[in-house]
Amino acid sequence: MGWYVGRRVLQMVPVFFGATLLVYALVFLLPGDPIAALGGNRQLTPAVQDQLRHTYHLDQPFFVQYFIYLRGIITLNFGTSYSGRPVLDVMQEAFPVTIRLALLALLFEAVFGIGAGLIAGLRRGGFFDATLLVASLVVIAVPIFVIGFVVQIVFFGVKLGWINPTVGPEATWGQLIVPALVLGSISFAYVLRLTRDSVTENMSADWVRTATAKGLSRRRVVTTHVLRNSLIPVVTFLGADLGALMAGAIITEGIFNIPGVGHALYQAIIRGEGPTVVSIVTVLVVIYILTSLLVDLLYAVLDPRIRYV
Amino acid sequence: MSETALRAEQVHFVADLEETPLSATDQVDESAPPGGLWLEAWRTLRRRPLFIVSSVIILLLVVVALFPGLFATQDPTHCVLQNSLKGGSSGHPFGFDLQGCDIYSRVIYGARASVSVGVLTTTIVVLIGGTIGAIAGYRGGWLDSVLARFTDIFFSVPLLLGAITCMQAFPDRTVWVVALVLALFGWPQIARIMRGSVISVRNAEYVTAATALGASRTKILLRHVLPNAIPPVIVIATVSLGAFIGAEATLSFLGIGLNPATTVSWGGDINQAQNVLRSNPSVLLYPAAALSLTVLSFIMLGDAVREALDPKSRKR
Repeated sequence: MGWYVGRRVLQMVPVFFGATLLVYALVFLLPGDPIAALGGNRQLTPAVQDQLRHTYHLDQPFFVQYFIYLRGIITLNFGTSYSGRPVLDVMQEAFPVTIRLALLALLFEAVFGIGAGLIAGLRRGGFFDATLLVASLVVIAVPIFVIGFVVQIVFFGVKLGWINPTVGPEATWGQLIVPALVLGSISFAYVLRLTRDSVTENMSADWVRTATAKGLSRRRVVTTHVLRNSLIPVVTFLGADLGALMAGAIITEGIFNIPGVGHALYQAIIRGEGPTVVSIVTVLVVIYILTSLLVDLLYAVLDPRIRYV
Repeated sequence: MSETALRAEQVHFVADLEETPLSATDQVDESAPPGGLWLEAWRTLRRRPLFIVSSVIILLLVVVALFPGLFATQDPTHCVLQNSLKGGSSGHPFGFDLQGCDIYSRVIYGARASVSVGVLTTTIVVLIGGTIGAIAGYRGGWLDSVLARFTDIFFSVPLLLGAITCMQAFPDRTVWVVALVLALFGWPQIARIMRGSVISVRNAEYVTAATALGASRTKILLRHVLPNAIPPVIVIATVSLGAFIGAEATLSFLGIGLNPATTVSWGGDINQAQNVLRSNPSVLLYPAAALSLTVLSFIMLGDAVREALDPKSRKR
């Protein structure tokens, strides 16, 4: 196990450098001059432009810029945006909101996805199973922004008036419940199908037949033998999904007007705020890398066969 | 107490021969002509309603994308502000949007953008990801390690996040630009699947036999390894095609996808529709329904093909 952990962590190091370089290149190597755009219609004088370029290290060669930025990430000094606001400030405001949103979505998809998937898997081919399969396909196919609008307009905010259609600046847990349902809906469908397939497969496994043959009650066979083994792929999916949910929150946050990371990122992209964009995307990518590393390690704990491959 | 009750319910402790899974093996008709994986898969697919429904929708979609003029007589960019938000009438079944454009013909003409982005992206992704994955899996060793890390780097940037980050940099966002950007972040998934699939095939007996017969490495890869490693890639590529169409619509919806001034697209129309959503939800309904149906068909097709190509699930 020690070897496996060591190898996986070492493998992550080049991925970290490569991914940060990729993100940095995407934002700063592509055409467009952010400084020239700052002044809008009234062009800044060349002296001011040069001064600004120097402050933001834009006069340095690309790799020097990248290393200055990398040093910043490691010391948690993300610099300031072009408008003069520390990027760390922006992130400290936005990240707690998105983390709450993603955790709620994760809780929803875990509880309901596993529950419904288990029932469907145990009654394979039945009415409940068939209904859930079709419903989950539809949820996967309908784009998240359409789901968001339908939920916002028809069911809750506007027509029925059950909730406030938009979320206020505080973004409390209660206000985030409905947006979390929307954000987690697609993953919920995946968790459901994954659990259902896994349960179906394990129900016909030898060890389940043995457990039944030695006289265990159905309840005990299902909970300790079938469910535990079926949850291995589901748990790994859920772990990897936390990073994906945070990165994917941009649409949901836009629809419900939630002041989270996606919202901040979108604003920064529209305004051409390179330093803010690169910092937010990097943090999201690092979270994504770390969660997939944790999931891999978790997988090795849950399924010992993986370690020896 | 409960244990004895349970025992009493069990009529027999040894299953009858008809109930054992072995009987299925016994009933195999050995005189039937042997079919390859693809023939078997096709025989299974032909009888699946899921496959029939999804492929009919996809065929229709392709025809609409190629010849939109056959289905709509109105020019989708001919908009009369007088007609703004008017309901359906004869010749204009879906009514008009805020700018007074005919929604029906916009839905019809929007298919082309979605289908071309989906097909282009999938083609690029399969070519790049398939090649890298096949080389990594077949050669192994240090080349595999380098390519696997390279794949991991691109894999660690989520598709939509990466696309959103760099779309803004392109002033002229055509179908090609969107397809290339989506492919840039989409290929690692195919590469991973291909690599795993090639590794599992590489050690098969028939590959060893081909090596023993003196076939060259390239010939073995092209003739024996690739054809047998490709089924999982086809399944993932089919589902991804739908996902790329969804991603394109999401980008257009955010206003950083296809240029709405030059390209009619469902995502762009949905973006426009959100302004009048509360008073006229039907403006959003039609492009959203077309988009969802398209994505759904590709997911269903992928599901059907997966089941047909996986002999394990076919026996049940």
